[in-house]
Amino acid sequence: MENKEKRTGEAKLMKGNEAFAEAAIRADMDAYFGYPITPQSEVLEYLEREIPGRHGLVLQAESEIASINMIYGAAGAGARVMTSSSSPGISLMQEGISYIAAAQLPCLIANIVRGGPGLGTIQPSQGDYFQATKGGGHGDYHLIVLAPSSVQEMADFVFDGFRLAEKYRTPVMILSDGALGQMMEKVILPEEGSLPKTVPAWATTGKTKNREHNVITSLFMQPEEMEQVNLRMQEKYKSMQKEVRYEEIQVEDAEFLLVAFGLSSRICQKTVDLAREKGIKVGLLRPITLYPYPYDRLKELSNQVEFMLTVEMNAGQMVEDVRLSVEGKVPVHFIGRMGGMILSPEDILHKIESIHESLNAVNV
Amino acid sequence: MNEKLYLEDEENLGTKVEEGYEQVYCRPDTLTDVPFHYCPGCGHSVVHKVLMEVIDELGIQEETIGVAPVGCSVFAYQYMNIDMQEAAHGRATAVATGIKRVLPDKYVFSYQGDGDLAAIGTAETIHTVNRGENILMLFINNGIYGMTGGQMAPTSLIGQVTSTSPYGREAAQVGNPIKIADMLCLLPGAYYVTRQIVHNPNGVRKLKKALLKAFEYQKQKKGTCFVEVVSNCPSGWKMTPVETIKYLEEKMIPMYPLGDLKVPQN
Repeated sequence: MENKEKRTGEAKLMKGNEAFAEAAIRADMDAYFGYPITPQSEVLEYLEREIPGRHGLVLQAESEIASINMIYGAAGAGARVMTSSSSPGISLMQEGISYIAAAQLPCLIANIVRGGPGLGTIQPSQGDYFQATKGGGHGDYHLIVLAPSSVQEMADFVFDGFRLAEKYRTPVMILSDGALGQMMEKVILPEEGSLPKTVPAWATTGKTKNREHNVITSLFMQPEEMEQVNLRMQEKYKSMQKEVRYEEIQVEDAEFLLVAFGLSSRICQKTVDLAREKGIKVGLLRPITLYPYPYDRLKELSNQVEFMLTVEMNAGQMVEDVRLSVEGKVPVHFIGRMGGMILSPEDILHKIESIHESLNAVNV
Repeated sequence: MNEKLYLEDEENLGTKVEEGYEQVYCRPDTLTDVPFHYCPGCGHSVVHKVLMEVIDELGIQEETIGVAPVGCSVFAYQYMNIDMQEAAHGRATAVATGIKRVLPDKYVFSYQGDGDLAAIGTAETIHTVNRGENILMLFINNGIYGMTGGQMAPTSLIGQVTSTSPYGREAAQVGNPIKIADMLCLLPGAYYVTRQIVHNPNGVRKLKKALLKAFEYQKQKKGTCFVEVVSNCPSGWKMTPVETIKYLEEKMIPMYPLGDLKVPQN
């Protein structure tokens, strides 16, 4: 999976949420349904301000429950649709997301994650990794999950997200966080109207004489039929595995590997530099797709590195996937902070050094 | 319609009409050739038939998208030969909003029962009408959760015995029956609100007229049209169909009086 959009024009300084919203207009989004919640309200605000006179429509719903079900209706009617929210709002949407996954409708959902659980805090977090990658709602389903780590990727992944959603008829989640949503960075926006669009044959656009009526549903009362539906979905998830995408920084000669996504990976980049200055060969693997996950690449790297250290803004969620990848071949450590607190590059370096020391102590 | 000169009754299904006879009625193309699963005496099948007849007569089969609810009519799409979506419990009007917003020139309707529309979906119901979505909201009020086996609904009557109000509904405990159609009349987005029945021929005729009006108003983009049908549930009420009609007339209609609740103001 690569970004295929042409990027022309000048670099702009934009907030992550606004770059995301502008990219959606440029991606020929037909409709956005959303509800305000900090720290993602700028998406709705930007679209309400910018869409008049341009393609698409925006509607502020009465709740996240309503907005995700509006997404279901509009996606079922063949439109390119998107919503966004932050953690508590995404929790409210889970029933609808399960229905959308089951009815095999394409749509894009952004979670600008904030600290939880409960009402939590409005500060950034990565505490929704499990919810995003392991299902979230009821039943056996997955979303494709993309994790941007810059304002540029907040914009780019809108195009990738719609393309994947439509290719696989599946909801795609952009798992961002409050910092990426709020911070301003340089961004070069993709060109308007560069993402092709067709109205799918299965959409409920009105029954014509030359076809049977189209029905969007997730209800299959006969267990034999329901199992077949599930098997088809599982086949689809298998076929998605080829979309796995990750970034490697100074991995070639790395003896120690950091694994981090999103904002945490930005901090880890600095740690890699600090470590290399001290002569410690640290590399970084950043999963870009959190589902599908780069299990195979991490397994390969378990033959190369002494240990892996997973860095997250949560209590340790992705670390479980890293451990699954390496199948016990190398130790997998974890460092993280919660509640909106962010690790410093030095905190991570100290952790690497202390793990390294304890390994040497054992060797002596 | 005229080319289908076949008898539709069970014994003579597919038989050509004899010479000298004129066919005066047949199943409209908007209904599939699938037998309804509804219990004998239930109003759902009549409402399905009337709604599909109206869509057929208006010639808008190709331009209409329906939204089925969760409840007994969850399988409405098996009988309605139009494009349809099946919504989550309570969310039919949000789904309908999504469809209508991206296909503003199509006709869109939602079809919901009382638990769906007046309990779990109350927020969606109120806000859909408040936005004046140009859709038809069809509301079947039989005062009970039929599909799940006869539990108390928001519209169940005081004293009504159900599986979750085994000693009769008590206002002090669970509140009074909710008259949602009356509430919706307060909203400027509600253009036409009416309450009808289908348990007698006159009621069926009136419902048909109401639905014709609702689609005409939708064409004119006037706002939300809300058509309530006070109906029965022989299985849930634990009565024979004949007994349900007596109960409906003596108990339900006094609580939910029939007729137009809000008509267009010119």
